[in-house]
Amino acid sequence: MSEQATPGVHISSVKLLVGVWIALIIGTWLTVAASNVDLGWLNIWIGLAIATGKAALVALYYMHLRWDRPFNAFVFLGAFLFLFLFIGIAMMDTAHYQPQIIPAFGQPAGG
Amino acid sequence: MTAHAHQQTDGLRVDHHFENAEQQYQSAKLGMWLFLTTEILLFGGLFCAYAVFRANHPEIFVFGHHFLDKNLGALNTVILICSSATIAWAVRAAQLKQMKVLVLMLLLTIACAGGFLGVKYLEYSHKWHAGLLWARQYNPHGEHGGGVDHAPAAPAAEASTMAAAGAAPAASADERSKIAPAAVGPSGLAEPEALPSSGEQGLVPEPAHARIYFSIYFLMTGLHGIHVLGGIGAMLWLLWGVRQGVFASGHFTRVDMVALYWHVVDLIWIYLFLLLYLID
Repeated sequence: MSEQATPGVHISSVKLLVGVWIALIIGTWLTVAASNVDLGWLNIWIGLAIATGKAALVALYYMHLRWDRPFNAFVFLGAFLFLFLFIGIAMMDTAHYQPQIIPAFGQPAGG
Repeated sequence: MTAHAHQQTDGLRVDHHFENAEQQYQSAKLGMWLFLTTEILLFGGLFCAYAVFRANHPEIFVFGHHFLDKNLGALNTVILICSSATIAWAVRAAQLKQMKVLVLMLLLTIACAGGFLGVKYLEYSHKWHAGLLWARQYNPHGEHGGGVDHAPAAPAAEASTMAAAGAAPAASADERSKIAPAAVGPSGLAEPEALPSSGEQGLVPEPAHARIYFSIYFLMTGLHGIHVLGGIGAMLWLLWGVRQGVFASGHFTRVDMVALYWHVVDLIWIYLFLLLYLID
């Protein structure tokens, strides 16, 4: 029953589990509250920032990344790096060609 | 240390191709993290589609999100956060060989997952009855009906609704389509007749291609829902493992791996809630 010190294994305390849970609930409340304030284009970025903070809490504490081998964090963050490139370049592409699109072009003739 | 087939260390079985229990555990974990990156990239394709459509047609998303219940979305977010906490506690219990706590936490997590799917069922069935479905199935009627009959979807209606969307007064600059309407398109020669389509309580005019929002909504939440079902299956497998006495010796790797998967399901929902429910 003792908390044996197996190398590479982190055992979360109940205090930590509950603390992170409270932080996540507050984060959710904050996201909803922020969405009710109209800040124009800022809204989505504030929302994404809070969501990313919540995601970081889950990854660092619930998923033990903070105590894990750094290589696992490297692998996981790598996925987000490629996701960022994927979405970023797709957005740049669509932003460039949208103004040149002729609406309704290519749809079946005769209406 | 040389390789020993089925070597027993502290009651843990170590397969012969591993040096020791720790290497075996770390290998399993690295494999799991690699799998989770593929999960992120799987959903990444859908997030990319979302970003491109929303950047070009913000009015579709502003219109569509009025049909989603923010409170139900928030409730599901809280349910998933609770389930993340309970499965993290289950890992702790498995590490400390507390079998009763492990079973309790797994049952609580399954209950949360079931609750999540129950709320999702309520949301889906409401949309099903209102005809707010994906692609060609999009045919709004009933209390939330848009005025337009989309069912036969004549190509002429396509071109004319497109023109109508541009003519319809949008509430603000960022709720207007970034694409200019074609009054008389090069292919269609459709007359830009203004269709008196209206959304919820007639406050928001229905934009053209509103179905895109519901296609994205059902694809993203549907794929996520399938992952929740998979998670329930994995947790039932863990409960079966408890019965078989797999974890009594402190062999918690399986619990840890399932928990990592479940946390990613939670992570993805955190973003889905924000991006689908909390638009403006």
